[in-house]
Amino acid sequence: MLQVLYIFIPMLAAIFVPFIYKSIKNIHTGWFVLAVPATLAVIYATYIARVAKGEVFYDGIPWIPSLDISVVSYLDGLSLLFSLLITGIGSLVVLYSIFYLDKHKEKLHNFYVYLLLFMSAMLGVVQSDHLITLYFFWELTSISSFLLIGYWYTRDASRFGALKSMMITVFGGLMMLGGFILLYLMGGTYSIRELIAMAPNLVQHPLFIWALILLLFGAFTKSAQFPFYIWLPDAMEAPTPVSAYLHSATMVKAGIYLVARFTPIFAASELWIWLVTGVGLLTLFWGSFFAVKQTDLKSILAFSTVSQLGLIMSLLGAGAVAFHVNGAADSMFKYAAFAAIFHLINHATFKGSLFMIAGIIDHETGTRDIRRLGGLMSIMPLSFTVAAIGSFSMAGLPPFNGFLSKEMFLTAMLSLQNFEFFGFDTWGVLFPIVAWIASIFTFIYSFYFVCRTFTGKYKPELYAHKPHEAPIGMLISPMILASLVVIIFFIPNLIGDTFVKPAVQAIQPFLYNAPEDINIHVAAWHGEITPELVMTIGIVIIGVLLFVALPKWQGIYKLFPRALTFNNAYDKMMLALDVGLNRVSRLYMTGSMRHYLLYMFSGITAISIGTLFVKDAFSLSFEGTAPIRSYELILIVVLMIGTAITIFAKSRLTAIIGLGSVGYTVALFFVIFNAPDLALTQLVIETISVALFLLAFYHLPKLGKREERMRFQLNRAIISIAVGVMVTLIALSAHSQKLVPTISKYYEETVYSKAGGGNIVNVILVDYRGFDTLFEITVLGIAGMAILAMIKLRMNRKEKPHENK
Amino acid sequence: MEIIMAFVIGFLFMAAVYLILSKSLLRIIIGTGLLSHGAHLLILTMGGLTGEAPPVLKEGAKTFADPLPQALILTAIVISFGVTAFFLVLAYRSYQELETDDISLMRGSDEDE
Repeated sequence: MLQVLYIFIPMLAAIFVPFIYKSIKNIHTGWFVLAVPATLAVIYATYIARVAKGEVFYDGIPWIPSLDISVVSYLDGLSLLFSLLITGIGSLVVLYSIFYLDKHKEKLHNFYVYLLLFMSAMLGVVQSDHLITLYFFWELTSISSFLLIGYWYTRDASRFGALKSMMITVFGGLMMLGGFILLYLMGGTYSIRELIAMAPNLVQHPLFIWALILLLFGAFTKSAQFPFYIWLPDAMEAPTPVSAYLHSATMVKAGIYLVARFTPIFAASELWIWLVTGVGLLTLFWGSFFAVKQTDLKSILAFSTVSQLGLIMSLLGAGAVAFHVNGAADSMFKYAAFAAIFHLINHATFKGSLFMIAGIIDHETGTRDIRRLGGLMSIMPLSFTVAAIGSFSMAGLPPFNGFLSKEMFLTAMLSLQNFEFFGFDTWGVLFPIVAWIASIFTFIYSFYFVCRTFTGKYKPELYAHKPHEAPIGMLISPMILASLVVIIFFIPNLIGDTFVKPAVQAIQPFLYNAPEDINIHVAAWHGEITPELVMTIGIVIIGVLLFVALPKWQGIYKLFPRALTFNNAYDKMMLALDVGLNRVSRLYMTGSMRHYLLYMFSGITAISIGTLFVKDAFSLSFEGTAPIRSYELILIVVLMIGTAITIFAKSRLTAIIGLGSVGYTVALFFVIFNAPDLALTQLVIETISVALFLLAFYHLPKLGKREERMRFQLNRAIISIAVGVMVTLIALSAHSQKLVPTISKYYEETVYSKAGGGNIVNVILVDYRGFDTLFEITVLGIAGMAILAMIKLRMNRKEKPHENK
Repeated sequence: MEIIMAFVIGFLFMAAVYLILSKSLLRIIIGTGLLSHGAHLLILTMGGLTGEAPPVLKEGAKTFADPLPQALILTAIVISFGVTAFFLVLAYRSYQELETDDISLMRGSDEDE
C-alpha cells in the first residue's frame, strides 16, 4: 500500500503548490517543492541495499477490479535505478530551477504543478508491472511534457514544439497500447512479470511479431530514435531545467526502459535484435553528425542526447544477443547490457550538468547562439570547469565516467561480429565501424560545445549586458553532477555492484540468478593494449584533427536540401492533415440542422434494420394479441387523417388543428386501452398545447402570410418512410418475442402491502419512482424558467438585424 | 390489435420524421409532437393491450392492463409538453429576433460571414 502511494506523492503535493504560491510570496515556491523529490529519493535509497542483493518489492492496489486493472509498484534493480534517477536528478533540477526561474516574473505554480505531475507519471512508468497502468502513466508523461514545453505559451516556437512532441509521442504511445493489447491476447495477463515467465511460449504466436513492432514504435518515439527524433530539438523551447530533466535525464529514457523491460520477452526474435541495434546505431550516427551543424547551445545538446540515446538503445539490442548464446554469462556478449545501464547513469550525470550550464550561459549572457559566444572562460571559470568535465566525459576521455562506458560500448560492438546467427557473422563488422565513426563525431561536438563557448575571443559588444559568473545556488546542481562524473570514474565497481548489476539482472533474468552472479569488473586500464583502447586513441586523434579543420568542412551541412529532412516531412504531413481533414469535415459539417438530422435518422435506421437482419431477430406472431374492435378501427382512421392533415395542410392553422386531433385521438386510445390516468393527462396537456400553439401563432401574424405549400422532397420521403418501417418492424418483433417476463407483477402484488395504494400507476409514480417524478417536476421548472428568461431577454443589438440572403 | 397498432405507430413516426426534416420551425415542432405521440403509443402497445381493467386494485378484477408502461408514459407526456412549450417559445423568440422561421437561413453565426 505504502509503496504504491509513493508514486502518487508528487501528484498529491501538486495540489498544494498553487496555494503555497499564492499565499507565500516572499519565499520561492521551489523550496517547498524541493522537499518532495528529496524525500522520495531518501525513501528509495533505503531500498538500495536490499535490491542490490537481488530482492524485489511488489505492492499493488486494485484500480478497476472488474477489468482486472490495478496500480502496481514493482521495484527491482531496473525500476529502482530509474526511480532514483527520477527523484535524484529531480531534486537537483528543482534546486536549479529556484535560481533559474524568477519568483516575481514567472508563473511558478504552473511550472511546479506540471513538474510534479511529470514526476508521478514517470515513477508510474518505471514501476508499473501492469501493462494498462504503464500505458496510462506513459501518456501522462507525454501530456506533462507537452505542458512543460509549452510553459512559455506566448511564444510561437514553444507551442509548436509542444504540439510536435505531443503528436509524435502520443502516436507512438497508441501504437504501444496496441502492442500491449496483443501481448494480453497472447499471454492472457497484463502483468509484465507473468508475461516474462511465459516468454518462451509467446515466441511461436503469430501475433508476436506485431506486438514487437508496435511496442518498438512506442519506445522509439519516446526515446527520440531515428526517424522520430525530430521532436526533441524542438522541445528545447522548454525552460532549461525541464530540458535537463525531461528531455535528457528521464522522460526520453522511458523508451530505453521499455526496451530493457521487455527484452526478456522479445529478445528471442531476430527482428528485435536487428531493429533495436540497427536503429540505435543509426540514431547514434545521425544525431552526432548533425549535432556539429547546430549553432544553438541547447540544440547541440538535443542532438547529442538523440545520439546518446541511440547508443544506449543499440547496446540493449546487442544485449539481447546473449539470449542466443550458450554460456553467455561468461562470454564476450555479457557486456552489452551492463554497458547500456552503466552509460545510462553516466549520461544522466554529464548531460544533466551540460544542460544546466547551457541554461546558465543563456541566463547570464542572454544568448545561446554559439556564433556570438566565446571567451567566457575567464569570466565564468566555475561554469567552464563543469562544462569541460561534462564534455570530456561525453567525448569519452579519462578520467571521466564516459570513458569507461564508451570503452565498454566499443567492446560490445566488437563482440557482435562473433555472433554466428541472423547474418551477424557477415554484417556484424559494420557495427563497430559505424560506432567508431559516430564516436568521432561525438568527440567533435563535445569539443565544439565547450570550446566555442568558453575559449576563443571575448567579444563584449555582442552581449546585451555584461556577463558574469552565475550565482552559487545555480551552480550547486551542475557541480554535484560534475563531481559525480569524476567520482564514478574512480569507483565504477561500487556503482556497478550497487546499481548496474541488479538492473542487468532484470534485463537478463534467464542468465543470472542473482546480481552477484554477473561477472563483470569495470577497469579503466586492462593491463594491455586492447582493440577498444586503440579505437579510442583513433577517435581522439581524428576527432582533434577534424575539429581543428571544422570551418573547412562544416559547409557540407549546407548540401543537405531542406526538402528532404524529416522536419520538412513532418511539417508537410501536418499541413496536409490539417487541410485534408478540414476539407473532409466541411463535406458533412454543413451547418444545416436538416443535414445533421438526416444523418441521424439514416444512421439509426441503418443500424436498427441492419441488426434485425444480421441477428435474424425479426419475427411475427399473432399469438396473445388483443381482439380488434370496430370503434378502434374508426379511431385509427381518424388518427391517420389527423396525421395526414399535419403534413399536407396548406395553412399552418390547419396543421395545428391536425396535431390537436391526433392528440385527442391518442387520448381516446388511452381510454380504450384501460389507461384512464393517461387519458386524463393527455386531454389536459393536449388542450394546453393547442392553446399554446395558437397563442404563438397569434403572435406571429407574418408567419401566416408567408404560406407556401411544402415541396415534396425525395430524400426526406425516403428517410421518413425508412424510419416508419424500422419502427414498425421493431414493434412487431418486440411484440412477437417476449424475451424477458414482465416485472409488473411485482407492483401488482406489493402495491397495497408495501405502499398502501390501489391505483398502481399513481403509486409507481409517487412512491416507487418518487425521485423520477421529483426530477420530472424539476425539468418542468427549469423549462418554465428558461421560457420566462427567453421572453424577458432582449438582446442588445448594436449591429443591424441578421440579413436574410 | 397490436399488429395494427404497430403499423399505425410506424405511420406516426414516418409523418413525424417528414415534418422534422422540413425547413419551417413550426412544422418541426409539430413533428416532435407527433413523434412523442408515436412513442407513447409504442410503449403502451409493447406492454400488451390484453388487459381487461385499468390497473387499479379492486374486488373482482381479473386481469389488469400493464401498469409500468403507463407510469412511464405519464412521465413522458408531461416532459414532452415541457419540451414542446420550450420549443414554441424558442421559435417565437427567434422569429422576433431573426425575422424568419426558416431554419436554413439561421445557420452559422455572424462571425462566419
